Amino acid sequence: MEMIVFVLASAMVLVGAVGVIVRRNPVHAALSLVLTLFGVAVHFVALEAHFLAAVQIIVYAGAIVVLFLFVIMLLGVDKAEDLSIEPFPIQRPLAGIVGLGIAGLIIAAIVRGRDALREAGEPLASDGDQNVQALARNLFEDHVFAFEFTSVLLIVAVAGTVLLTRKVKKPTAGGKAAE
Amino acid sequence: MTAVVLAAVPTTTYYLVLAAILFAIGAVGVMVRRNPLVMFMCIELMLNAVNLSFVALATRFADIDGQTAVFFVMVVAAAEVVVGLGIIISILRRRPGVNADDLAELKG
Repeated sequence: MEMIVFVLASAMVLVGAVGVIVRRNPVHAALSLVLTLFGVAVHFVALEAHFLAAVQIIVYAGAIVVLFLFVIMLLGVDKAEDLSIEPFPIQRPLAGIVGLGIAGLIIAAIVRGRDALREAGEPLASDGDQNVQALARNLFEDHVFAFEFTSVLLIVAVAGTVLLTRKVKKPTAGGKAAE
Repeated sequence: MTAVVLAAVPTTTYYLVLAAILFAIGAVGVMVRRNPLVMFMCIELMLNAVNLSFVALATRFADIDGQTAVFFVMVVAAAEVVVGLGIIISILRRRPGVNADDLAELKG
């Protein structure tokens, strides 16, 4: 049963990922990204990371992809891109080789590191209900300073983006210029 | 045969290999696509691959720290998308229809 879930979710992830890089229309690429993100959320559920699965759906599929689609619509770039034009003819074969190299190197490292996984013994039986409590305890006891700093990061990002995308108008337009 | 498939349990290695493939697809996407928005989506793919391996190893070693790391990666990814899309908007507003290859003013 777990294997079936794994295979189906992996198929979602890989089909979506390939869709992101081969679809010509940016809107289709964004929707393929949603498929990948849902597949990763299914993997999170299978790995008993329930809170992260919910956050994955809400933040990634809900907020980030909507932001992407919003920008695509705002800029009107939702027309299909012509992928047959290649400014550097050797770029795609080289990228394919580099991609295969990256995957090969990481997989080789995983295969070599399998002994470490085996030596760690059997995985502990986790009680799924405790996931949120355990995560909260870890976050608010051990990593509370990092958690507070993320709020600073978010404020800085929001303020910086508002400043960055402001239209510079004549001074009288003042308050209405910001988006 | 069916019983074997049903009884099989995906080990941590399976998840790590899947994450490696996902990361490589994202990296290839950044290298071949020229639309800045699609390049950003490929960066999200790579971040998700790393998240997946974090969660797989956190479950394997029953250590919740890995899931906390994923939480922070998600926060940083959200902030990164906001700032990156802001930059893309301010570039494309000035020069509509531009792609990443055309932004070469700083080229030496």
